[in-house]
Amino acid sequence: MTVRIFVPRDSGAMALGAGKVAAAIGHEIEARGLDAEIVRNGSRGLYWLEPMVEVETEAGRVAYGPVKAGDVRSLLDGGMLEGRMHPLFLGAPDEIPFLKRQTRLTFARCGITDPLSLDDYRAHGGLAGLEKAIAMQPADIVRQVTDSGLRGRGGAGFPTGIKWKTVQETTAAQKYIVCNADEGDSGTFADRMIMEGDPFVLIEGMAIAGVATGATRGYIYLRSEYPHACDVMNEAIGIAVRAGVIGGSVMDSGHAFHLEVRVGAGAYVCGEETSLLDSLEGKRGQVRAKPPLPAHQGLFGKPTVINNVISLASVPVIMDKGAQFYADFGLGKSRGTIPIQLAGNIRHGGLFEAGFGMTLGDLVDGIGGGTASGRPVRAVQVGGPLGAYFPRALFDTPFGYEEFAARDGLIGHAGVVVFDDTVDMLKQARFAMEFCGVESCGKCTPCRIGAVRGVEVLDRLAAGIEPESQIATVTDLCNTMKFGSLCALGGFTPYPVMSAMTHFPEDFRPQPVREAAE
Amino acid sequence: MAMPAVRGDFESRAIAIIDDMKSIEGPLLPILHRIQAEFGHVPESVLPLVAHGLNISRAEVHGVVSFYHDFRREPAGRHVLKVCRAEACQSMGSDRTSQRLLEALGVDWHGTTADGAVTVEPVYCLGLCACSPSAMLDGEVIGRLDDARVDELVEEVRQ
Repeated sequence: MTVRIFVPRDSGAMALGAGKVAAAIGHEIEARGLDAEIVRNGSRGLYWLEPMVEVETEAGRVAYGPVKAGDVRSLLDGGMLEGRMHPLFLGAPDEIPFLKRQTRLTFARCGITDPLSLDDYRAHGGLAGLEKAIAMQPADIVRQVTDSGLRGRGGAGFPTGIKWKTVQETTAAQKYIVCNADEGDSGTFADRMIMEGDPFVLIEGMAIAGVATGATRGYIYLRSEYPHACDVMNEAIGIAVRAGVIGGSVMDSGHAFHLEVRVGAGAYVCGEETSLLDSLEGKRGQVRAKPPLPAHQGLFGKPTVINNVISLASVPVIMDKGAQFYADFGLGKSRGTIPIQLAGNIRHGGLFEAGFGMTLGDLVDGIGGGTASGRPVRAVQVGGPLGAYFPRALFDTPFGYEEFAARDGLIGHAGVVVFDDTVDMLKQARFAMEFCGVESCGKCTPCRIGAVRGVEVLDRLAAGIEPESQIATVTDLCNTMKFGSLCALGGFTPYPVMSAMTHFPEDFRPQPVREAAE
Repeated sequence: MAMPAVRGDFESRAIAIIDDMKSIEGPLLPILHRIQAEFGHVPESVLPLVAHGLNISRAEVHGVVSFYHDFRREPAGRHVLKVCRAEACQSMGSDRTSQRLLEALGVDWHGTTADGAVTVEPVYCLGLCACSPSAMLDGEVIGRLDDARVDELVEEVRQ
């Protein structure tokens, strides 16, 4: 029987040489006349082990990693196809502690299946949610999503079911489902992994949203920094259309749902839902004032559901296994699972999906294994460039929307970026302001001007010019930006700045060393 | 209505692209992307054609082209190297790595080397944050950028 060898096509694995590994294996299969084929799967999300190669043996899947192209011969010589021991042998992937501790609902198939095989997708539980949905009344689908407690995984945490209900109850000739795949936050890659590793789950989630709300058109607004995800998504849509999963009649249900990928153009602010809609319409990606809500007047002024990739990709399992099944995971008002991305200076970086409630310390020290550099962890930024920096003293914070808000932070899109003790928090605060300045859409003054002034004031502070007065000015400026900005870009930039000043005040005091250096 | 006079390859090709795509919903960004994909940049001379084809003002087209970081007004070098400057990469020393790169190439951010070999652009996150620092050379992703890999890249783009 032909042995299947899995070599990820995920960008993260590709960035570490998976393409060369696949080519080397392909070459050896040919040269040795082996009865084997290569499947380009998604990533399991264990990036310190990528490229991670898996082989399907009689005893189940066996993993090897991290594999370099130069290792391929010795792996095959050592009996990789039979799952034999080797210095790179990792055993059954599911038994690797990092994976074993996870609860993979949204990422159930990612890294396991061939992302572009609809048969593989079905064989691993795919389309079961959509099949159930088309047999239900739209209002019941919406109720099931609401009851699951699913909240926006893009960062805002707004209940997904409420957005759907509003669109469903609004009458219009045309409604839209828009997927926000403009994953611009540093430290996040969950959307990219799903689109590259299990694109059908996003298509299925969007089709369910369409059936539930009566929307017949969908767009995936995908950032241009993700060319590989774009290729996989487009190919998967083509396959889904030809198989009748979407198109003129979703799985012969009579519901039409047409789906298209639209590529962004490098503007971070387009991750904000209203500027994303303007960008889709072909305008500058500027934030709209709300109301009207997108659910009433969204894309082209029509009722629009706009959800993050992970929110939509979590819908199929909710429809398949039930609202209660999903809601049974989690903590407080944060129900279900959250795909946490462990990133930056971390020993075991990658995708960790688990029910809400794990503490930040367990994630960073326990799961992540501390820093990659081996130095002490000093600060952790959670929730992207607009998220707060947490010191070790707050490592007991449980992962949840309200729990992080109570500590003046946010979980955002659940990216966790670890810094060791060489980090200069004044520099990080300055970067937050600089980034806001570069990416501001320019519509509101607190963000457009505030960010520029923020950089100037922090530069004066770094130069040791009247430090107390600069700190007072930055604090006041942050207050203005937080309460006066139209959207989260200007409104949340104060989180990294203020948290850095609050938790790491020693970096903001004039230092004799710093003065001497200048 | 008569189209403005055709002045060269860019213009005639741009008109074909605009005609082909103007009936889709929200056509402006897809048109600009395709123009840049074919020409390597968005030439000033095609902007009036886009405005005319979509029946919007030149100011609107200019506003959109200048708003988005991706759209280039001048041709880039033979290679485009995007280097991530965001936090996850910073935590792994990207400031130092990119400084080494820029010095070796003798350019600043957004600059093109004198020999036209490469344009270096900053990017804020490539979604490769568990293998930082990261970069992208002509669409190919690169992780765990270190001094040795930077030196290789410099060699690679100069060839």
